Amino acid sequence: MANDILVLAEHSGGQLSDSTYELLGKARELARSTGGKAEVAVFGPADLAGQLGAADTVVWVDHPALAGYVPEAYEKALAHVLAQRSPRLLLLSNATIGLDLGAALSVLWDAPLAAYAVDLIVEDGTPVATCQVLGGKVLAEVALDADRAIATVVGGSFGQAAGQADGTAQVVPVAPPASLDEARMSVRRVIEPEAGDVDITTADLLVSVGRGIGSRDDIELVQELADALDAPLSASRPVTDSGWLPKSRQVGKSGLKVKPKAYLAFGISGAPEHLEGMRDAELIIACNTDAGSPIFEIAHYGTTADLFDLVPALTERLSG
Amino acid sequence: MRIVVPLKTVPDLVEEIEFTGEGTGIDREYLKFVLNEWDDQALEEALCVKEAAGGEVVVVGLADDPDIEQVLYTAVAKGADRAVRISGGGESTHARSALLAAYLSGSPADLIITGVQAADDLDGQLPPMLAARLGLPHAGVVIAIEAGDGSVTVRQEFAGGRSAELTVTLPAVIGVQAARQTPRYAPITKIRQVMQAGGIEDVTVAAQSGGHGLTIRRMYSPERTAHAQMLDGGADAVADKIIELLRSRGLVKG
Repeated sequence: MANDILVLAEHSGGQLSDSTYELLGKARELARSTGGKAEVAVFGPADLAGQLGAADTVVWVDHPALAGYVPEAYEKALAHVLAQRSPRLLLLSNATIGLDLGAALSVLWDAPLAAYAVDLIVEDGTPVATCQVLGGKVLAEVALDADRAIATVVGGSFGQAAGQADGTAQVVPVAPPASLDEARMSVRRVIEPEAGDVDITTADLLVSVGRGIGSRDDIELVQELADALDAPLSASRPVTDSGWLPKSRQVGKSGLKVKPKAYLAFGISGAPEHLEGMRDAELIIACNTDAGSPIFEIAHYGTTADLFDLVPALTERLSG
Repeated sequence: MRIVVPLKTVPDLVEEIEFTGEGTGIDREYLKFVLNEWDDQALEEALCVKEAAGGEVVVVGLADDPDIEQVLYTAVAKGADRAVRISGGGESTHARSALLAAYLSGSPADLIITGVQAADDLDGQLPPMLAARLGLPHAGVVIAIEAGDGSVTVRQEFAGGRSAELTVTLPAVIGVQAARQTPRYAPITKIRQVMQAGGIEDVTVAAQSGGHGLTIRRMYSPERTAHAQMLDGGADAVADKIIELLRSRGLVKG
């Protein structure tokens, strides 16, 4: 009800996402402050309540249209749940599903939305979000003082442990809305990541390259260093989007999460989406000519040397 | 097929950011503005759809966006058929989406393609908000659009390299993450020609209020809680130090 914190569960293949646990853990904390419950909405046939013991309530909606994620069907189901449960705050991931649903529900449920949230607290009953603006160069502190609100939360902002705590949630089945019987959108197929390429998630050392490399021809320069170090070459989004390296090498929110013993970043400025995928590396060494790049805030060592000087110097030392 | 591509300008991220006197907003006066990078991708994908399936691409900007004329003319130089400038503006997505929805209600599109997000959309992303106001289906984080008969098939991307192909009945709104190819380049001479020819259509719409409902208490540059230890010296000195760091962790043999 009016003090509850509702989290939308994201799941595929019977597995809940990391973000679901991150949001549920935070929902429990916030609900203690608002005096409400931590509720999780689960859509589809999967029986996931057993994995959501940290919640007070699991609100479950099943319908053939919810067998997998379809933006339109999820939007209808979530709008229906919001109307029935009237939570104080809806928490969504700031990834594909949350990006689809958050802004739409801000209009449909008539609730303000704080996007790109990296922190959430409750002050005198009012949720207050800290949000990234301009790719993380600016933070905004935003009070959600309307009687209902939505926050989409950047992955990795909160720990998962509190959301994975033991307990037993009360399961509340909710009848699906009739609008789900009509669809303007359907899934044709689901495409799993290409297998067969090197697995960058298991490497001890990664050499990673970003937009600063400038051209496809210069990838070879960094590849030579990677070869000399016997490490896979990974990349940030602009490099894989340009087709200079395969998608299987992309580190970040829409790519892979990596946690190597050392991560060497060349020409990567450190957009929040990239940092989300590599901030847990044990040692981060970053090379970027812009001393103000966000990558230097999480790197352990940094240099503003030109990568076109530094990379060959490194390769030479290893091959010498 | 009529494809409408809303475009917006955002502060150039390489600029130093200053705040307004009250500290609750970004001081836009001295900032350089550039096309939102996801809108650039959306325009490219829209042009690719037009080239594959035919139709008309209409780029739409809001008059109050700094440097929007340059962006609209550049889009025409790249291959957009028409450019429309809607009077008014608003720094929130709620306000923008209200204006665009009012325009699109009067001039309906088969397909609305725009960037999945923008660097300054604190109150939410445009495509889902616009779709909700127009009552249209929507999908975001899309990396390819293929036009069919009365529908489009889009590829929507998820974390970890997973993606799904969705078939969406038209009219629809699509939020583009990345185009199928690198956005094309328009030569300066071509942009100048287009500018001289003029031809941006000015439109006034009556939009309902689009307040975002957030109370922004303050905006600030994040404190650097930690910072990399910067390695001094030229490339050779830095290379020596990096090799030493890796060697001390057993990551370099010898």
